[in-house]
Amino acid sequence: MRMPREHRLGWLLSAPAVVAMAAVTAYPILAAVRLSLYRYDLRFPDARTFVGLRNYATILTSAIWWKSVAATLIITVPSVSVELVLGMGLALVMHRALIGRRTVRTAVLIPYGIVTVVAALAWRFAFDPTTGFVQGLGVLDRPWLSARWSAFTVIILTEIWKTTPFMALLLLAGLALVPTDVMRAARVDGATVWQRFFRVTLPLMKPAILVALLFRTVDALRIFDTVFVQTRGALGTEPVSLVGYDTLLVSLNLGLGSAVAVLIFVLVTGAALVIVRGMGDALPEDRLR
Amino acid sequence: MRARGSPFERLFWRATTLVVLVYVGLPLAWIVSLSLKPASDLADGHLIPRHVTLDHYRAVFANPHFPAAMRNSLAIASLATVLALGLGMLAAYAVVRLRFPGRRYLLGGSLAVAMFPPVAIVGPLFDLWRRAGLYDTWTGLVLPYLSLTLPLAIWTLAASFRDLPWDLERAARVDGATRMQALRRIILPLAAPGIAATAVLVFIFAWNDFMFALSLTSTDHARTVPAMLAFFTGASRFQQPTSSIAAASVVVTVPVVALVLVFNRPIVAGLTAGAVKG
Repeated sequence: MRMPREHRLGWLLSAPAVVAMAAVTAYPILAAVRLSLYRYDLRFPDARTFVGLRNYATILTSAIWWKSVAATLIITVPSVSVELVLGMGLALVMHRALIGRRTVRTAVLIPYGIVTVVAALAWRFAFDPTTGFVQGLGVLDRPWLSARWSAFTVIILTEIWKTTPFMALLLLAGLALVPTDVMRAARVDGATVWQRFFRVTLPLMKPAILVALLFRTVDALRIFDTVFVQTRGALGTEPVSLVGYDTLLVSLNLGLGSAVAVLIFVLVTGAALVIVRGMGDALPEDRLR
Repeated sequence: MRARGSPFERLFWRATTLVVLVYVGLPLAWIVSLSLKPASDLADGHLIPRHVTLDHYRAVFANPHFPAAMRNSLAIASLATVLALGLGMLAAYAVVRLRFPGRRYLLGGSLAVAMFPPVAIVGPLFDLWRRAGLYDTWTGLVLPYLSLTLPLAIWTLAASFRDLPWDLERAARVDGATRMQALRRIILPLAAPGIAATAVLVFIFAWNDFMFALSLTSTDHARTVPAMLAFFTGASRFQQPTSSIAAASVVVTVPVVALVLVFNRPIVAGLTAGAVKG
């Protein structure tokens, strides 16, 4: 009779966590799916009517939605790519530095600990024509947050600054798993630094890289705070989360907003699945051991 | 670690360290500098303020919204942390120590929760909280933070629990201790670094959140610091709010940076263990 008791205890101990997670994710997303099928505007709550998929049709044929999808990708793709390269560099420094390794490890945690809104404000002030210092750098003198592409640049720089440390720490953990004797063998066999990095380190780090990519891509697709603080979505920098927020909580259009929310959910889940699929056997079963 | 390298190598690493420090520190140094400059020097472009004033800090604390937001942030983030640790520890113990069907789904499912886009649930929560009387309350924010940080808590706690010497627990139970006694006296003290790191990570998440705070609160009753900062207007309508925002930002940043610096080792271990060692 030992097994069933262990099963029961296991379920008993995990139940509170499972209930808490499901209550605030599974239930609301189902509620969002239901709401998305209605015309339901909180300013006219009595005019609630079932409209089927019409909300989705409205969104998928609107320019605002597709522009926001584009803005989200314009932010996500460069941020995550630069972070991957910078984060890898930082991880190598933390892994190999002979001097100041502890200082670097401690310092990179600072952006991670900083409230995103504060980071966004700091960068906004730095690029602001009156309160900034970037103007002092000659050719860079321009009203950064008043034109579309320069505004994107500031947003992306902020994202990179804030989240590269996280990427670097994930990669550092992967780097620590590369066996030293393999590296030594490669060195003895006459492999150059570059060969060792591209032929030995990188392939062995593939799982860590994909995990880092997965976390950061999913996170970047949800971007909200930085854009809210820096441009409030002006100049075509509005990402999907901001469109969802505005429809739901500014226009109080719960029906249409829920449809946007569901589409964002599908977008993020789709991206996550693509990356997980790309992992294939790089994500061994025993990770869930 | 290898023996010290050649002078060239040492110089290279020293320079690299410096570059990293400047990269990390410059935006922060700038906001600290703005918070200390008198209004007349605000636009002078100097990193080191020519005159230093604490007026902006005084103004920030004189503004009733700021202390209220600080109190809300501290209380909400602490409550969420305590609850997430409690529930997370139970679940992580079950995952590491017990064999039961559905164990893998617990880890996989919580990973899915960790990737959840907040905007997908903020609408229904807003609707529900309004009707349940949870709108603009501490509970209304603690609940979503608890749920969304549980995956992080479960993964990092499970990773650190896995490395514990569980033989000691078995030995204590052979000696007549109950499961709970063995857990409290033997295992918990050994697990302390992992638990501390998890606590800091959960706290940072809750302290950092903007979207829920923006959507589910409206007054000083529950509005947290990030949401308040976004609407900050300075002590009076006639004052440039930049300096006040800068001062408020510094005040908000200091506790978390201190926390991160103090717990830097276990945090690095926690962040990486949860994600890669799994």
